[in-house]
Amino acid sequence: MILTALIAVLFLGGGAAWFSERRSPGTPRWVAIITLSFEALLAAGHYARTESTDLLPASLSPVWLADFSTPWIPRFGISFHLAADGLSLLLIALTIVLGFMAVSSSWTEIRNRQGFFFFNLLSCLAGTVGVFLAVDLFLFFFFWELMIIPMYFLISIWGHENRTYAAIKFVIFTQVSSLLMLLAIVVFVLISHNQSGLYTFDYFKLQNTRIDPDLAFWLMLGFFIAFTVKLPAVPFHTWLPDAHTQAPTGGSVILAGVLLKTGAYGLLRFVIPLFPEAALRFAPIAMTLGAVSVLYAAVMAYAQSDLKRLIAYTSVSHMGFILLGIFSWNLLALQGAVITMLAHGISASALFMMAGALQERLHTREMGNMGGLWSAFPRLSALALFFAMASLGLPGLGNFIGEFLVLLGAYKVSVLLTSATAVVLILAPVYSLIIIQKALQGPLKIQLALSDLNRRELTSFSLLVFITVWLGLFPQAVLNVSEPALKQLLQDFVAMEHR
Amino acid sequence: MLGLLGWVPLIPLMGFLILVMAGDQLSRLIISWVGAGSVAVSALLATLIGFEFLDGDMQPYRHIVGSWMTIDDLSVPFGFYLDALSMTMLFVVTGVGFLIHVYSAGFMEDDPGYARFFAYMNLFVSAMLVLVLADNLVLLYLGWEGVGLGSYLLIGFWYDEPNNGYAARKAFVMTRIGDTAMALGLFLLFTQLHTLDIQSLLSLASSQWAPGAVLPVASAALLLGGAVGKSAQLPLQTWLPDAMAGPTPVSALIHAATMVTAGVYLIARTHPLFLLAPTVQLAVAVIGALTLLVAGCSALVQTDIKRILAYSTISQIGYMFLALGVGAWSAAIFHLLTHAFFKALLFLAAGSVISCFHHEHNIFKMGGLRKAMPLTFWSFMIGSAALAALPLTSGYYSKHEILLAAFDASPVLWAVGLLGALITGIYSFRLIFVVFFGAQSQTVEKKPGWLMSVPLLLLAGLALFGGMLQIPLNSVFPVLIDQGNDHTFNLVSVITVASPIIGLLIAVLFYLTGTFSAQRLSDGGLAGTLRQFFLSGWGMDALYETLLVRPFITLSTMNKNDVVDGLYVGVAWLVRGLHRMASATQTGRVRWYGASMVFGAVFIIAIGLLS
Repeated sequence: MILTALIAVLFLGGGAAWFSERRSPGTPRWVAIITLSFEALLAAGHYARTESTDLLPASLSPVWLADFSTPWIPRFGISFHLAADGLSLLLIALTIVLGFMAVSSSWTEIRNRQGFFFFNLLSCLAGTVGVFLAVDLFLFFFFWELMIIPMYFLISIWGHENRTYAAIKFVIFTQVSSLLMLLAIVVFVLISHNQSGLYTFDYFKLQNTRIDPDLAFWLMLGFFIAFTVKLPAVPFHTWLPDAHTQAPTGGSVILAGVLLKTGAYGLLRFVIPLFPEAALRFAPIAMTLGAVSVLYAAVMAYAQSDLKRLIAYTSVSHMGFILLGIFSWNLLALQGAVITMLAHGISASALFMMAGALQERLHTREMGNMGGLWSAFPRLSALALFFAMASLGLPGLGNFIGEFLVLLGAYKVSVLLTSATAVVLILAPVYSLIIIQKALQGPLKIQLALSDLNRRELTSFSLLVFITVWLGLFPQAVLNVSEPALKQLLQDFVAMEHR
Repeated sequence: MLGLLGWVPLIPLMGFLILVMAGDQLSRLIISWVGAGSVAVSALLATLIGFEFLDGDMQPYRHIVGSWMTIDDLSVPFGFYLDALSMTMLFVVTGVGFLIHVYSAGFMEDDPGYARFFAYMNLFVSAMLVLVLADNLVLLYLGWEGVGLGSYLLIGFWYDEPNNGYAARKAFVMTRIGDTAMALGLFLLFTQLHTLDIQSLLSLASSQWAPGAVLPVASAALLLGGAVGKSAQLPLQTWLPDAMAGPTPVSALIHAATMVTAGVYLIARTHPLFLLAPTVQLAVAVIGALTLLVAGCSALVQTDIKRILAYSTISQIGYMFLALGVGAWSAAIFHLLTHAFFKALLFLAAGSVISCFHHEHNIFKMGGLRKAMPLTFWSFMIGSAALAALPLTSGYYSKHEILLAAFDASPVLWAVGLLGALITGIYSFRLIFVVFFGAQSQTVEKKPGWLMSVPLLLLAGLALFGGMLQIPLNSVFPVLIDQGNDHTFNLVSVITVASPIIGLLIAVLFYLTGTFSAQRLSDGGLAGTLRQFFLSGWGMDALYETLLVRPFITLSTMNKNDVVDGLYVGVAWLVRGLHRMASATQTGRVRWYGASMVFGAVFIIAIGLLS
């Protein structure tokens, strides 16, 4: 029941935010903060309860921490089935943290239609939480679509100069790819119906379906494409730089921090467990795509002059690590992928917030127009440096743990791909440090009365700094939470090895 | 006391945090006390730990502070390991580090970024201590990258000047090339041996791998890659001369005494691996020999006082590599120790000269400073004598040991080292004669205060007598097999001692008495070209620029708009075209609709009839 509440609270809060605008234009953001605080309490309480596992039904395997199911459309075997394991909990925690960040960074940036803005923001988060919890394929697809529409509005209404183009591009990319997934889901359910005589969309029941290997490959591909478009990986990444550049800061935070992670989550939750053989066959290609993404996007990032576009490409590069890690299919690489999901969520969001803060002050995203900002904004600059270091994988910070584990695990599988991917260790400082040099160093170019970060911004960034350091120095807490879920994936693999 | 080992790197880190959080609210006095004080406490702790360690017959001591991560067979603790080698490094880093911090308090007193400077310096010291104390390769890598960050921040400390930022980025990226090789080495070692703990790794390697087999050769070569990058050896040496853009105390601490010797430390630390890979060990010696010669030649012709010292640093680390390569492990570490003393001294003395001259770096615009700055002059004399390895200085003992070991390994390597020693003699005294002798060209504006003088005095003492401070390293390294060559008074020994003295005499003839003129020599065709070649660092910067940097920038800028997106834009264009064609048929004219209906019907019927 608590799982349903996790989704419902965000929806209802979104509705309340919309209506509260009638009171005063500033009210919706407070409603959003209260909603997120409530959501955080709910999730924390839930986590504390699942620590004592004896409360859980015995039918549940130790991997799953909570489960809720009620029939929805019984005729087709569709049920409102939610379940949470360590992986979903971690991602929900990330969603909540970044939800706060998105609200904070929209605090003064969004000035028109604030009610509708926060409604969209919260319902996008609600859809995302739904995606992380749904274990009924139909329900999953439902949430998958649900998180796209508010994001479309966020970009197309509150975006920057070229917002319509970017918003439509975003929708077309995700819609076309999720159509393939829908097709795969339907065929999958029909096959299962032919075998058992029952219609079911249930994740756990469908796992027992035997499918012809060739067909399974195509079904797997349907899911895979939907998820790698969202991730995104080269060559499906071109919507991302446009969407990020045009989105308002809050939208960018959600997009980079949370929405991209649904793609990675989908690969872990559906592609591998539902089609293990096909995924194994496909692994070399997927890993290659990952390596290509890492390198190609890193080179692309260097060439950009628009700060947000640059950060968007670094996101693609980091997401490549996740693809590489997931398909390396050993515990080290999988843990690396999970840590990268969290660490990148934090560091990329922070960088987008930084770009947003700069744009709010300087009215430009072009790095060529910045320069010398260090003396004007010492705090902002120090923080920018910190997150640039995080994003280039400095040991001691979260991203390093993720990338190191992915490469360490991938090395066991393919020395060649890992060595090629490791070249990004050279490219990452090339693109990260150019931000520092172009925007912050050199002579001051802009003569304006400029103010450094205010208390609200400082608090937000401090939280993100804290999480990044914590992930970098004490990752064990996170590793322990995700381990059971990842070990489950490995069982599939071991079982196949034996066959 | 040994249990406090973890605090040694932690205290400078705390200093860093205090200065970052509250640096803009603290007074300059407090900032300098936090900055230098944290390193002082750390040095004091290290000394106390050192006494206990030496009392305990130098038994290796391991201190686990906590767990970093444990996954599957990977287990990485925050663990520190103390043996004679790390103890030596600990002394160098905290001791020399402390003196340089005190000097900086005077040197940087007028700089607006005072707090920022000490914050970066403390961060660097902390990372360097982690590097030398780490008991596993991942933690070592953390320190390794941390010192890289410190170096980057401090090279680009004066960020107003874009060239400084460029030099900082160049240093970071070029060392990262080596780091990447090193990371791959870590992956290889872990995949094969299932541990990254240094001691167990080395004993496993020795017991499982045959000498000269592929695996030890590959892993040693990858680690060597890391060492070459960090220690600015061929072919990754070009970042170090540019790194002189940072404040001079930074050059003394990071780019002379400590960080750049990290590569030497890494190889010494993992020496059993190199013993299993004779080809790689030979490569270490060859790289060292080539580097010491190449950099020595460049130092001969530089006119910037700091660049002369930078090239000499590269060259001296070349000697350390040479020593490692011929298996004279202790000699390499010994030279690392003495070099830290005399090179820090030289840089700090150079800093005094520079700050007296409005940040003038060109030695030919100085001159005659002998009388005006006696302390600096004598510091320079002692430092240069040690650098040139004139007898009875600390540098003499360590370099002499290296050259004799090189002779035992291969007379060719010895000859190269000898030539290098000759060149060292020339360039170190060229510097002195040009800067301190002759007519005084400018008036001295400001003399160093006691904050700057005391460290100079202490370091001068160390540069002279530091040769006696050597901690015996027999517990760490295998003892060289004595080949029965007693070099004490034979010809080899005499030649080795003589070569820097000949160099000194050449410098006297060229730069003191003016018997020969370097100017006239370099006016000639070939010599002039050669001079230009050496001045540019053997053209390697230009080579990398045309071979790597330009193509990378051109290619990436060409593709700024992402060729992949072109595919989707093409699809969109096609769809829009089709849409336009289809919508063109919607004219609203009944005549047109009727005609198309008839044609369509005829077409379909025709297909039906003909098929």
